[in-house]
Amino acid sequence: MSTPAAPAAPSLSPSLSPSRRAWQRFKRNRLGFWSLIIFCVLVVASLFADVLSSDRPLVVRYEGQTYFPLVNDYPETVFGGDFESNTDFLDPFIRERITVGDNWAVYAPNPYGPKTLNYFAKSPHPSAPTAENWFGTDDRGRDLLAQLIYGFRVSVLFGLALTFTGVLLGVITGAIQGFFGGKTDLAFQRFIEVWGAMPELYLLIIFSAVFAPSIGLLLVLLSLFGWMGLSDYVRAEFLRNRQMDYVRSARAMGLSNGQIIWRHVLPNSLTPVVTFLPFRMSAAILALTSLDFLGLGVPPGTPSLGELLSQGKNNIDAWWISMSTFAVLVITLLLLTFMGDALRDALDPRKQDK
Amino acid sequence: MRALLEVRNLRVGFGGQDVVHGIDFEIAAGERLALVGESGSGKSVSALSLLRLVQNADVSGSALLEGRDLLQMSERQLRGVRGDEVAVIFQEPMTALNPLYTVGAQIGEVLQLKKGLTPRQAQAASVELLASTGIPEPARRAQAYPHQLSGGQRQRAMIAMALASAPKLLLADEPTTALDVSLRGQILDLLSDLQRQHGMAVLLITHDLNLVRRFASRIAVMERGRLVETGDVARVFTDPQHAYTAKLLASKPERDLAEVPPVAGEPVLSARGLQVSYPVPVPGLRGWFKKGEFVAVQGADLDIAPGQTLGVIGESGSGKSTLALAVLGLLPFQGSLQVAGTDWHAARRSGQAKALRQRIQVVFQDPFSSLSPRLTVEQIVGEGLLVHQPHCTADERRGRVIAALADVGLVDDPGQGSGWLQRYPHEFSGGQRQRLAIARALIVNPELLVLDEPTSALDVTVQKQVLALLQRLQRERGLSYLFITHDVNVIRAMAHEVLVMKDGAVIERGAVEQVLAAPQHPYTRTLVQAAV
Repeated sequence: MSTPAAPAAPSLSPSLSPSRRAWQRFKRNRLGFWSLIIFCVLVVASLFADVLSSDRPLVVRYEGQTYFPLVNDYPETVFGGDFESNTDFLDPFIRERITVGDNWAVYAPNPYGPKTLNYFAKSPHPSAPTAENWFGTDDRGRDLLAQLIYGFRVSVLFGLALTFTGVLLGVITGAIQGFFGGKTDLAFQRFIEVWGAMPELYLLIIFSAVFAPSIGLLLVLLSLFGWMGLSDYVRAEFLRNRQMDYVRSARAMGLSNGQIIWRHVLPNSLTPVVTFLPFRMSAAILALTSLDFLGLGVPPGTPSLGELLSQGKNNIDAWWISMSTFAVLVITLLLLTFMGDALRDALDPRKQDK
Repeated sequence: MRALLEVRNLRVGFGGQDVVHGIDFEIAAGERLALVGESGSGKSVSALSLLRLVQNADVSGSALLEGRDLLQMSERQLRGVRGDEVAVIFQEPMTALNPLYTVGAQIGEVLQLKKGLTPRQAQAASVELLASTGIPEPARRAQAYPHQLSGGQRQRAMIAMALASAPKLLLADEPTTALDVSLRGQILDLLSDLQRQHGMAVLLITHDLNLVRRFASRIAVMERGRLVETGDVARVFTDPQHAYTAKLLASKPERDLAEVPPVAGEPVLSARGLQVSYPVPVPGLRGWFKKGEFVAVQGADLDIAPGQTLGVIGESGSGKSTLALAVLGLLPFQGSLQVAGTDWHAARRSGQAKALRQRIQVVFQDPFSSLSPRLTVEQIVGEGLLVHQPHCTADERRGRVIAALADVGLVDDPGQGSGWLQRYPHEFSGGQRQRLAIARALIVNPELLVLDEPTSALDVTVQKQVLALLQRLQRERGLSYLFITHDVNVIRAMAHEVLVMKDGAVIERGAVEQVLAAPQHPYTRTLVQAAV
């Protein structure tokens, strides 16, 4: 049954899907790939911030018994103190009690939490870097390194969440507009124009006056306005891809709209979404930082890079506050930008393999 | 006779990979040489790299134009040659002309630059040049922008521009490929006339052997970057020396159809008064309230008997692809359209449309956009089973996919087909992709296959193979085809009945032998003549 055209049998090398090939190209970009690895390590490390930086010891062995202050609360009386209140493990008296003789305690590498006020500090706040506070303290006497670690964690998690909701909303709205086109598209486009004309910052100010500020509220408000740019890209991709012959073939085959979108159009329309992920994330981090800087962001007491920047502005002579916060922000945003560049190159259809 | 252009050991490579492996040829003054080959043979790259018009190409060898080596010239010297001694016509006149200037201004620019005419003289001369290319009302057309001209007129304007500097050599890169069939002959005749008048040499780059026979005096055949045969057209066409040339010449589609007795049972497809129209915007304030209507198919009647092929032939814009989409139920239409006795409208109302879709499947023209790049062969071909036979297990589905691949000649031995299943479309050639598209349609066992220019994007040798495959499938399975094409030779090989469309209307119909042998309508006559 072989026709004269019977093509050569396929070679044995495995076939790579377009996304796998894009990943291979991404890996070949050293800067972007290492940025991704470093960023992932930093994020994972910040998830363990409670172990890395905490004012409670991880384990305490006191008079034959083992305590885990990190997870449980113990009154001071347990360790020979006078009060029923929670133990302050930075108190030199307690410190001595739990480390004399057979007793021992394992402190976190940085023995301060984000809210810990060091009442026993030797220099006035804000204190320059010392052996006790490696990065110095802020103007309320909190350890700067702990602030940075927890602030980074809040920023990154917030960035991830905002990116996720923004992408989800953007893809859904873009897909609806692009796939159905016509009047649906027209109506949605006008809605986006009206919605996009709303003064985002004023709304944030008004809402932060009406409601108690919280990260959840901030996430909702920023998500409401953050999907429109992406929606336009997805819409354009859908408009292009729904004209393709493979979509027509799928229609002729009898697939439903949902199946066509899910199997055919969506996977071929995600390139701009993926390309923009790192850039959206850095934009989200920057948005949170600037709102915090203005005092419209997270509730007071939450560790935040923006709040630290504003402290740095208020204490110009305390160079360690502004410099270290600035460094953390620059490194985070640079890593994200390098990743974004590499991703853009990897997904560029005009760039060939090899 | 001394050669005007003498090319020796021309090599062209991209990023270290050679695509042209050292070719030699020469063109005498006033000669018409055709450079022939399939896509990817390096014919365009060879010709355009002579003027260094190919980006990022490494060119070596020598190309002596009246004793001066084009490949050794500085960019500045070469600019003097381009458009002066050697002019170029490109395939797509719409993109080769600047949309922001009038045609007259673009021709005038060449005249001012190369001949040193004043703007006023240049204007008069450009009108004259346009007149010499046979454009009606040349003075008015000179004031027109490219988008205001028809495709044929644009190509004439391109030719006028190329002739403005009275070149010694004209490189014509597929000058008629983007044009409709009936225009191709006219443009070619025009080139012949002008070539004789000006006594210039023409290097025609084409894949169309009909054009070569009509136009050229000598032919050079390229295969995969090598020149395999050169010689007089008459000699090469009657007595090809190289196997590849012989294969090219023999690639005219052959008729190998089962003759079906007329009216064998109920028609698979039957349309009466089928009309399709698009809304178009109305200019001005009225457009706010009303939409205009463009009728793409005006009341077509057609019947396709089981096991038969109805060919639909027409030029771009004749409504033949719209007809295909309407038959597939992908466009709203008026009139009646029955698939195997079931009316489309009625089926939609009663929710039977899915069952109808299983009976009628489609293969599109472009092999690159007809397969989703992110799905594997198994997913693409097996999709129809997911929809129409959801009870099929994954193993059964896989077996049927392999059987379908074997059916379309992609797999020799059904036992070895599994190597193909996890591959992605980008690894396949155009002909292989078209076979995949056919397999995808066949897997649901349709009765009617709509073929919308299924071979137009393929090389002639591959076209012949795909057509042979379609003929075999029709014989084996008793399939009916609605075969849409602009190519008279393909229709001659494939169709039992034929329908000629022009501007949305069916202007002629009948048995294929009868219509092609004795066309009644003048338009059909030009189509048939253009194909000979």
